Amino acid sequence: MAPLSHYLAVSAILFVIGTAGVLFRRNAIIVFMCVELMLNAVNLTLIAFSQFLGDQTGQILVFFVMTVAAAEAAVGLAIVIALFRNRQTVDIAKVNILKW
Amino acid sequence: MTDLIPFIVLVPLAAFVINLFFGSKMKGSTAGWIATIAVFISFFITAGIFFEMMGRPAEERPIHFVMLDWIHVGRVQVNLAYLIDQLSIIFMLVITGVGAFIHLYSIAYMKGDRGFWRFFVYLNLFIVMMLQLVMADNYLLTFLGWEGVGLCSYLLIGFWYDEDKNNNAAKKAFIVNRIGDFGFLVAMGAMLYQFGSLNYLDVLGSGNNMVDGVRHAGLALGMGSGATIITIITLMLFLGCTGKSAQIPLYVWLPDAMAGPTPVSALIHAATMVTSGIFLVARSNILFALAPTTLAVVAAVGAVTAIFAAMIGIFQNDIKKVLAYSTVSQLGYMFLALGVGSFTAGVFHVVTHAFFKACLFLGSGAVILAMHHEQDMQKMGGLKKYLPITFGTFFIATLAIAGIPPFAGFFSKDEILWQAFSHGSMVLWLIGAIAALMTAFYMFRAVFLTFYGKERFDTHHHTPHEVDWKMWLPLVVLAILSTAGGFLGMPSVFGAGNVFEQWLEPVVGKGTEIAMTAGVAESPALEWALMGVSVAIALFGILLAMRFYKSRTTLAKQEAQLGAAYQLMHNKFYVDEIYDKGIVQPLYSISKNFLWQIIDVRVIDGIVNGLAKIAEIGSGSIRRIQTGIAQNYAVLIVVGLFVVVGYLVMF
Repeated sequence: MAPLSHYLAVSAILFVIGTAGVLFRRNAIIVFMCVELMLNAVNLTLIAFSQFLGDQTGQILVFFVMTVAAAEAAVGLAIVIALFRNRQTVDIAKVNILKW
Repeated sequence: MTDLIPFIVLVPLAAFVINLFFGSKMKGSTAGWIATIAVFISFFITAGIFFEMMGRPAEERPIHFVMLDWIHVGRVQVNLAYLIDQLSIIFMLVITGVGAFIHLYSIAYMKGDRGFWRFFVYLNLFIVMMLQLVMADNYLLTFLGWEGVGLCSYLLIGFWYDEDKNNNAAKKAFIVNRIGDFGFLVAMGAMLYQFGSLNYLDVLGSGNNMVDGVRHAGLALGMGSGATIITIITLMLFLGCTGKSAQIPLYVWLPDAMAGPTPVSALIHAATMVTSGIFLVARSNILFALAPTTLAVVAAVGAVTAIFAAMIGIFQNDIKKVLAYSTVSQLGYMFLALGVGSFTAGVFHVVTHAFFKACLFLGSGAVILAMHHEQDMQKMGGLKKYLPITFGTFFIATLAIAGIPPFAGFFSKDEILWQAFSHGSMVLWLIGAIAALMTAFYMFRAVFLTFYGKERFDTHHHTPHEVDWKMWLPLVVLAILSTAGGFLGMPSVFGAGNVFEQWLEPVVGKGTEIAMTAGVAESPALEWALMGVSVAIALFGILLAMRFYKSRTTLAKQEAQLGAAYQLMHNKFYVDEIYDKGIVQPLYSISKNFLWQIIDVRVIDGIVNGLAKIAEIGSGSIRRIQTGIAQNYAVLIVVGLFVVVGYLVMF
């Protein structure tokens, strides 16, 4: 069985990839998926620690995260669709009217 | 009867509230009758309490009636409580008694006025506040009444508010009074510092103890611990009195206050409110007695005011102005009496003055009404045959103020002159006597100009009519009181003993005893002689007035021949102008050029606008980070995360 550090390393890599995607990609759908990636990186960490510490709490928390992620996916996709219908684009750099 | 004490105040207060909310919808004179009846009820209750007090031995007479715990801060406790003793009951009787008749008079006088109901609202409020002033058991409640009557005075002077002149007079009265009120406030602060209480019983009790202490130590009054602060307290109180009771230097508002309706002049600016200063000094007599310096100031100010105002009064042509200056002068007499330590004589003159001066004012009101609101005596004359009742009562009251025995004014004024002579000084007496001469002169000048000689108005177009019963009844009642009122305080040389003095003895006895300097020994012969002199002086003044004014018609020209002296007196010694140039204009100029243009515009606005400017400049650059692009915010979040985590890891 792989040691804890391996899990954490994978998790960290996934998280950084997710973060970079959120920060640098323009396509709203991809940004969205990157957010999911970040959430799942966190889930991985939780599971790893849960296993390592022999404590079920982490696993329960993962279920919460997944529930929230599902809700978020539903709402988020709806927003993206609405956005596209209004502006014929999903480029978030072009959606910038909420400012000073 | 004691249980009814709150109703003395509550009944007029109820009438005030009723008229305030429903007065405008009432028809005819209803509002006036409600107000009048309320004050009469107050008067009857007061009279009932008075008779009950009379039936008791002297030391059981004061009633201390606590209603509510009003202010309770630290060790200072101020109650909503009344202290009805020999002094306050006299004032209450005058306020409600004279007040009730003036209310009755006003129903006729104000008939048909657009603000009829409003007038009675103010008048009732005034009665409530004035009662508050004299019934209070502490300085703070007195101060409430003090301010309240000031407010009513302001409202009533400016009653006919569509004329600028009236509004200016009202503002002047209010502002000048505020200067005096400042003194009152400082005095209360000093009292809290010195005595830790504002209740009359505590403060005056402490004063009493100080008297004993000073005596025990064998010190002269005005020396020893606490003497300085007592002097400050009393001087500041007296500053308040000069404002409210129209003494030099703050008397200037009272003559202008005649802009109000005549019943107001009678009630507020002659009979009651302006005597509240005398009340305050008499109430605090122990404190004043402890401060000989203040007493000297009081006596001097009183004497100078008495003669100064009398001089101005001589050449006034407006009938109400004559009476106004006469009031200032008579108030000066009262302070002269207080200043030489004769608190009884001062209060006694308040009472008789309330009778005859109210009568004079109401009489002048009847004249003014008959002349269709003409107040210039040069345009009157010969009214005797048109207004017999008014003339009769006015004449009696004039005899009273001139000091002709046996009318009320004779006894009170003579008492003051005698006390000034025996316990003050020759100079004070002389000033008082000369002022008495002038009083007799200018009052009879007014009588002759108004009622005698040829009619100087257009007799063809209107004949003056005598007023109706609601107006002449108060005149007659007040004239009777002006005749008989003096016997209450008949000097003891007449044999019967001074009833008034005995009545007030428990309240002012100790103060009088220590305030009076030894002076001339009591000598009936001297007192008789001085009395004779006073009467002679008064008669001389009357004859002089008769000689000059009884049948003259072209008086303005003849008076003008007196030259500079006439100009000076006719123009009121230019005091208003001096105040204007010396105080008002500089203040105005400072306010405009410095306080407004510099302090307000530059400093205050500068600070406010400056802060806004800083915020604007600062945010102007910072707001650029809000780009509207969600990813930029996310970058900031990540950067923040790095900073926080980095910090946690490093340290």
